[in-house]
Amino acid sequence: MKYVDEYRDRGVAAGLVKRIAASVTRPWVLMEVCGGQTHSIVRYGIDRMLPAGIELVHGPGCPVCVTSLETIDRAHAIAESKDVIFTSFGDMLRVPGSQHDLLTLRSRGADVRVVYAPLDAVRIAQDNPGKKVVFFGIGFETTAPANAMAVKTAKRLGVGNFSMLVSHVLVPPAMAAILEAPGNRVQGFLGPGHVCAVMGYRDYEALAERYHVPIVITGFEPVDLLDGIHLAVRQLEAGRADVENQYVRTVVRDGNQLARDLVSEVFEVVDRKWRGIGTIAQSGYRLRDEFREHDAESVFAVEAIETSESSQCISGLILRGVKKPGDCSAFGKQCTPRSPLGATMVSAEGACAAYYQYGRYLRADERPRENDVV
Amino acid sequence: MCLGIPGEIMAVREESGMTFGKVKFGGITREVCLSCIPDAAVGEFVLVHVGFAIAKVDRVEAARAYETLEELGLLAELSDDVPERAVHRPAPEASGPTENGPREVP
Amino acid sequence: MSSETPFGACPVPFVDTDEILLGHGSGGKLTARLIEGLILPALRNPALDALDDQAIVSLDGEGGRLAFTTDSYVVTPIFFPGGDIGELAVNGTINDLAMGGARPRFLSLAFILEEGLPLADLTRIIESVRRAALRAEVAVVTGDTKVVGRGSGDKIFINTSGIGVVPPGIELSSRRVAPGDAVLLSGTVGDHGIAIMSRREGLELDGPIESDTAPLHELVASALRAYPDIHAMRDPTRGGVAATLVEIATRRRLGIEIDETAIPVKDTVRGACEILGLDPLLVANEGKLVAFVPEQGSEPVLGALRSHPLGQGACRIGTVTARHPGFVTVRTSIGGERILDLPYGESLPRIC
Repeated sequence: MKYVDEYRDRGVAAGLVKRIAASVTRPWVLMEVCGGQTHSIVRYGIDRMLPAGIELVHGPGCPVCVTSLETIDRAHAIAESKDVIFTSFGDMLRVPGSQHDLLTLRSRGADVRVVYAPLDAVRIAQDNPGKKVVFFGIGFETTAPANAMAVKTAKRLGVGNFSMLVSHVLVPPAMAAILEAPGNRVQGFLGPGHVCAVMGYRDYEALAERYHVPIVITGFEPVDLLDGIHLAVRQLEAGRADVENQYVRTVVRDGNQLARDLVSEVFEVVDRKWRGIGTIAQSGYRLRDEFREHDAESVFAVEAIETSESSQCISGLILRGVKKPGDCSAFGKQCTPRSPLGATMVSAEGACAAYYQYGRYLRADERPRENDVV
Repeated sequence: MCLGIPGEIMAVREESGMTFGKVKFGGITREVCLSCIPDAAVGEFVLVHVGFAIAKVDRVEAARAYETLEELGLLAELSDDVPERAVHRPAPEASGPTENGPREVP
Repeated sequence: MSSETPFGACPVPFVDTDEILLGHGSGGKLTARLIEGLILPALRNPALDALDDQAIVSLDGEGGRLAFTTDSYVVTPIFFPGGDIGELAVNGTINDLAMGGARPRFLSLAFILEEGLPLADLTRIIESVRRAALRAEVAVVTGDTKVVGRGSGDKIFINTSGIGVVPPGIELSSRRVAPGDAVLLSGTVGDHGIAIMSRREGLELDGPIESDTAPLHELVASALRAYPDIHAMRDPTRGGVAATLVEIATRRRLGIEIDETAIPVKDTVRGACEILGLDPLLVANEGKLVAFVPEQGSEPVLGALRSHPLGQGACRIGTVTARHPGFVTVRTSIGGERILDLPYGESLPRIC
């Protein structure tokens, strides 16, 4: 597959690893923002290929993980309502709310359906005029254009029974929150490649300058990640703090203007609560007034939600890069993908899920080492 | 969620005021909304996320950047002494063309 | 056959209905008509024709030990590119026997039908059973039919049990897997799972992606002729190659190391897996085998596999080791390493 295979090339990867090792003189802590990047790192074993001084901590770039508990509970309440077809991406089905998850609701009779594209949900609405069709519109800026197009299309075609439960979150405010938090150890970032493909990276320039951290906009394939790490380390060693674009084949500084126009036509920026982190100012989207009839929060009056989060779950600390999955007392024991306590274990891109899937739940002394012999 | 994959546009059509395309990902073809890709044309590569094309793949930049990476790989095989690499793109600048010439925003 | 009564041929035509009714499972006339009109003519053989409560068959002249297995098939959709649930039910059970080195001989065939299933669909499935059995030279010698009310089943579930004979001197078992064994794979992975997904998700595929469902007993026999001391074989169905390897590693407390770049995957399957976020190693197969062979046997076995139509893509994917007992490690395409674990979720439910 073009533009995929060559970024998984062993020789190129080896070259980058050598280059990184040759340029490191001090330990550094880097954060990769996107869940997809975390997943790739663990899946290809990248963090274990790096020299000992480079530590990768995982960021909050998993939209499933950071969707607030109130929103999840609201989604569940809507899904249980009469004559509702609740549609969502597959990841959301098993995210635990205060009481249950969408999959459980489905097994109890709620009409919950997985879609791959938001426009598919609009089609379902057209095909089911007697039902209220709701789409769970979560995601970072990457998904906003597709969601915006779905709402705009529904309005244009007069699909009155379609509405979206919006829970978009924005990356730059989250990065600022991480950098502001006391005890922050992150010294450099691998920036979100696909978010920037849409939005461009101007917003990150202010961050780099204000907090004096290098931000390398990075892709998702292993060679991209190693290249991004290499560039970040090089900047750190040189004392620089610039925004640099590793993902040149897809990202330009101003992003995709058409996509950005579409997004700002449909959405406006608001404060947003992030699960595990708290409210971050101006860090989310909601639908603009002229689309209110397609806003599930307006269409469905849901009573005050009382949320309850597992006391053992430390998702919030993991999303901020303060702790790793292995630091959690429940990781791999009470909390597994089969019985998740929090969102970082449920979502395929959550750090806990990635670690678990690739065997990291084993204690260090249980993990296979080169010279183990029976 | 940020699952975005590059694919090749095989066909383009207009429907209900939107642009759709058939995009091929290594042997499998899917329907994709191309409304945010100006002048989407057959043969071009786009990055697709949840059935929506969010950016065009810049083949020239890709080739240029990859050439440097390949050299790195080859040189690593030969020796441990790898020379400094050219910076991809400069840090933010006021406006106007980059040192690589004027760019079209996709 | 049933027209030989003293009172003349039964005047009532067989097909009163075009779909399965509850009555078809009650054991009365409707059941008899279904069996004698639809099932028997398709699968006839002396043991089945007797329609006793049991089939008594002879394994004379074969010697050896009896292999016995059972499997149920609940795949959805029941018709998919490259096959259907009927063919799957025959090949799948044959393969379970074949992985023990057995020559498959006899099958039982039990249906659980949902009221409302179109008879045309059942006819088609029975025809697939007939063809698959004929191809593999096995006889369906006994069976059962039940019907459940609408909504209490899902069109059709099938159970097949199978009997085969293992020749003397053949000993295929996970107990024999040992450090140093080569891990061989007979061909491309993920075909069946992706064929099912493509039908379920309405994916448009370039080249046809078909289920690889096939009976593997002859492929196995040919490999054993080339090298009788193969240690073990498995067919990687649900959970894919990963499930097979992890099971062996865990059960035998051995390590297995595989190379991701050695795993053959068709382009279309790879593209589909990328889109759907699936790992080909975790996707089901229905016509492939994994063999654990002492190092010196790996070349002859590969040669034998490759010379057979069902094994042309055969290759070596890894080695069994005494290191890291209980774990399967994968050398990733970029030279890193990860641990391969069992899929824990229902990434592809009802795949076989």
